[in-house]
Amino acid sequence: MIDLGPHAIFIVSAYLGVAAAIAGLIAYTLGDARRTARRLAALEAQGIRRRSAGAKS
Amino acid sequence: MTIETAPKQSWWNRIAHPGQFVAMTQRLLWPLTIITALLFVVGLWFAFFNSPEDYQMGDTVRIMYVHVPSAWLSQFVYAVMAVSALGTLVWRHPMADVSMKAAAPLGATFTVLALFTGSLWGRPTWGTFWEWDGRMTSTLVLLFIYLGIIALWRAFDDQLRAARVIAVFTLVGAVNIPIIKFSVDWWSTLHQPASVFRADGPTMPGSILTPLFVMFFAFTFLFLTLHLKAMHTEVRRRKLMALERQAVQAGVSA
Repeated sequence: MIDLGPHAIFIVSAYLGVAAAIAGLIAYTLGDARRTARRLAALEAQGIRRRSAGAKS
Repeated sequence: MTIETAPKQSWWNRIAHPGQFVAMTQRLLWPLTIITALLFVVGLWFAFFNSPEDYQMGDTVRIMYVHVPSAWLSQFVYAVMAVSALGTLVWRHPMADVSMKAAAPLGATFTVLALFTGSLWGRPTWGTFWEWDGRMTSTLVLLFIYLGIIALWRAFDDQLRAARVIAVFTLVGAVNIPIIKFSVDWWSTLHQPASVFRADGPTMPGSILTPLFVMFFAFTFLFLTLHLKAMHTEVRRRKLMALERQAVQAGVSA
């Protein structure tokens, strides 16, 4: 690792903060996608379909 | 009119159908993810192992490689939302409000990152984490606008009605974007004036511009990937909400 000089704490904190925020954003986006897909699949498994799909609930 | 004689739908009309939009853009997700990851690997390698110290700022210049892309995206995401707002109000495009809603949390996060990395850059460079000057204050206002938009989306049950109200709010809030951009020219500030996107070209050497541009594209591709994924989720959420309403109505009438 390179020597980041006397202000290393600011540089490392900035990159760690960005990494944590991006990881959180990715986790939130994927988690939201999985939760929504699971709820949708559960409803469809009960036979509930859009009226436009021609199926009856 | 039979299906053979029906006029072929334009690209614009095909993506107006949420199901077709998801089907058409699903295959873009993996390539976008791989490009984003590669850009981050190359960008971080440049940022830490293949770029010099700045003659004035020393190693703190490395903060710029995450600060400038975050700040750029905080404004770019808002521009995407403003164009989507026009799509909602003018063309009533069904995917426009999906795009608007999916972008808001991403824009808010990049704005937080711009403020956070900016304050960590400011302390060793200017001697303070925060100063109520034009650039920083207008960026903080942008964060509040994002938070207001996210709160508004959650306040409405009817998402189509919400989209029209939020589109108007988004377009009014867009006045803040040129204020952020030109704040360093209009008011006395600690923040340096534009040094990359200038009419007479960048004022930085190539050794600093290269990692900056690679990280700039890495952040931009990250946004494109997450925005697309969040749009797919929003399309499914609306289908889910419609099915839940249908299930409740069926239960009531049964």
